[in-house]
Amino acid sequence: MKIHEYQGKAVLARYGVTVPKGRVAYTVDEAVEAAKALGFPVVVKAQIHAGGRGKGGGVKLARNLDECEEIAKGMLGMTLRTHQTGPEGRIVRRLLIEQGMDLSGSKEMYLAVLVDRANGKPVFMASAQGGMEIEEVAAKDPGAILKESVDPVVGFRPYQARKLAFGLGLAPDVVPKAAALMLALYKAFEASDASLVEVNPFLITKAGDVLALDAKVSLDDNALFRHPDLVELRDFDEEEPLEVDASKYSLNYIKLEGGQVGCMVNGAGLAMATMDIIKLAGGSPANFLDVGGGASADQIKNAFRILLADRDVRAVLINIFGGILRCDVLAEGVIAAVRDLKVSVPVVVRMKGNNEEKGRAMLKESGLNFDTADGMTEAAEKVVRAAGGAR
Amino acid sequence: MSVLVGRDTRLLVQGMGKHGTFHAVGCREYGTNVVGGVTPGKGGTTVEGFPLFDTVEEAVRKTGANVSVVFVPPAGAADAIIEAADEAIALVVAITEGIPTLDMVKVWAYLKDRATRLIGPNCPGIISPGERCKVGIMPGHIHLGGPVGVVSRSGTLTYEAVAQLTALGIGQTTCIGIGGDPIIGTTHTDALRLFNEDGTTEAIVMIGEIGGSAEEDAAAYVKAHVKKPVVGFIAGQTAPPGRRMGHAGAIIAGGKGTAAEKMKAMEAAGIRVVKSPAEIGSAVKEVIRRK
Repeated sequence: MKIHEYQGKAVLARYGVTVPKGRVAYTVDEAVEAAKALGFPVVVKAQIHAGGRGKGGGVKLARNLDECEEIAKGMLGMTLRTHQTGPEGRIVRRLLIEQGMDLSGSKEMYLAVLVDRANGKPVFMASAQGGMEIEEVAAKDPGAILKESVDPVVGFRPYQARKLAFGLGLAPDVVPKAAALMLALYKAFEASDASLVEVNPFLITKAGDVLALDAKVSLDDNALFRHPDLVELRDFDEEEPLEVDASKYSLNYIKLEGGQVGCMVNGAGLAMATMDIIKLAGGSPANFLDVGGGASADQIKNAFRILLADRDVRAVLINIFGGILRCDVLAEGVIAAVRDLKVSVPVVVRMKGNNEEKGRAMLKESGLNFDTADGMTEAAEKVVRAAGGAR
Repeated sequence: MSVLVGRDTRLLVQGMGKHGTFHAVGCREYGTNVVGGVTPGKGGTTVEGFPLFDTVEEAVRKTGANVSVVFVPPAGAADAIIEAADEAIALVVAITEGIPTLDMVKVWAYLKDRATRLIGPNCPGIISPGERCKVGIMPGHIHLGGPVGVVSRSGTLTYEAVAQLTALGIGQTTCIGIGGDPIIGTTHTDALRLFNEDGTTEAIVMIGEIGGSAEEDAAAYVKAHVKKPVVGFIAGQTAPPGRRMGHAGAIIAGGKGTAAEKMKAMEAAGIRVVKSPAEIGSAVKEVIRRK
């Protein structure tokens, strides 16, 4: 789960990471109030779940009340487009009003903690090249990224933090402060079950103070059950409404841009493979949809409703590998859903499991717009044809 | 005729709730020797004819269990795996989906210096059809005993591949579902090593998906060590970057972990990579014939 910058900073601050003073504002009035309380200059930062906000006009300096009001008016409600939002952009609904920092003579560096899948351990990363994306640094100058692997038995050690701080070339009097911030950052990562905490830029001021000028915190969805306070931070406005709807019915749905073939599959791997085979057959998948192992009648109905809310969908492919599941029960659910929702687009059903023949016969005898297929290739070819052919 | 599980398997079920019991019965019906279950507080009772125990220690002492399968819900699953490891159970198969990543980080570190092997979590389990031994939730009837080892991060996609093999009359030594999480016990490389060293496995099917670099590591292992034919497929060739595709581990992050990269590495290692998931079975048939 992604959270906003201001929420991330609050989480980090809870564990002792120094962040600039700031306040969230949902309205222009709140923005002005916040700026008054903080004192000028302030930085007005659009809060969306995407990076690259500065370049897109989502981060601006306000030197006085009038400027603050004008910037807040312009930013609230604007559609912010960055390289991470895609061309459709995101509507700005919240602002972070933050005390302006004197950046002259300061240094911008980079810190992050995440789990390294390759060795199964958290890794602390640091780079003296802050303010740019770490992927860019990794591509141009991989040696510029320092890494310390964390042994979960003893945790991130103070010596490792010092090693990173010295490695960044920090002055001896700054090293203890930087190391303390790094240790606090790791504590925040661990205590909140984050999947990523990233501080970019990590600011070292001219006076030698250290703070997190920006913060990106992503939380491990699997661990949210033990963090009820963090669950509250979910911002539904930042998510695709259909995806939010799907999640209420334990459906895992991801909309893809510009596809014509809706697909409904059980299991994540098979769902991805079904998208792939639709593409190979010359079509384009409209979505990823995993209905889970059970594929109950209720789930199928909701899945159809969500798939068909996407107006681009011209045909639907249902690919269920039941194994234990009874195909006649599945067919009953599919028929009921198509009747109830008055589904008019062609539906191709490919199902494997017990009572396959019976299930297929039921679909054929229903008089509805069904086609069936035995293998995945046949199913993909049929559905692409039904959707208007390859394009 | 198999790796890891077979005739000698004495299976213990950790978490004999509704789900666990349903699949314990399924494993027994398939032919697995299910010796009992562990549900704290239910010790001394039985369910579906299975004796229940309060602790893994007691269960192992009284039944001689050497493999366990974990159905314990996410909050207690890491604890269950560690409990099994503490009793030196040789193989723990964790079916549970949704275990917090940092719990698995600890489990991973804990198991590193121990003899216990973990499969999963978030996996369908492992099955050796020739020896009628199933440890997991897969439909047993689609499998057939034979010479092909199968390793996969997915559940239903593995069933799809296995059903293709079986339909062509090509049986399997063992099929291992290694799981869709970012941190898993047994990796593609581990499974490939087992199949490579198993005298009865003649060909290997390796099914991967987007996210991480485990398939690239496995490809390097194949290039260096494996002489047996390997057929590969990667799911998620059309997956958008930055989105988690159902499995916790299936995500292209920072431009890394794409299907294209993995397929390239696998092809360079001499693996017969198929683009279509419908061609896994026929590709195996070809590589076996060519041998």
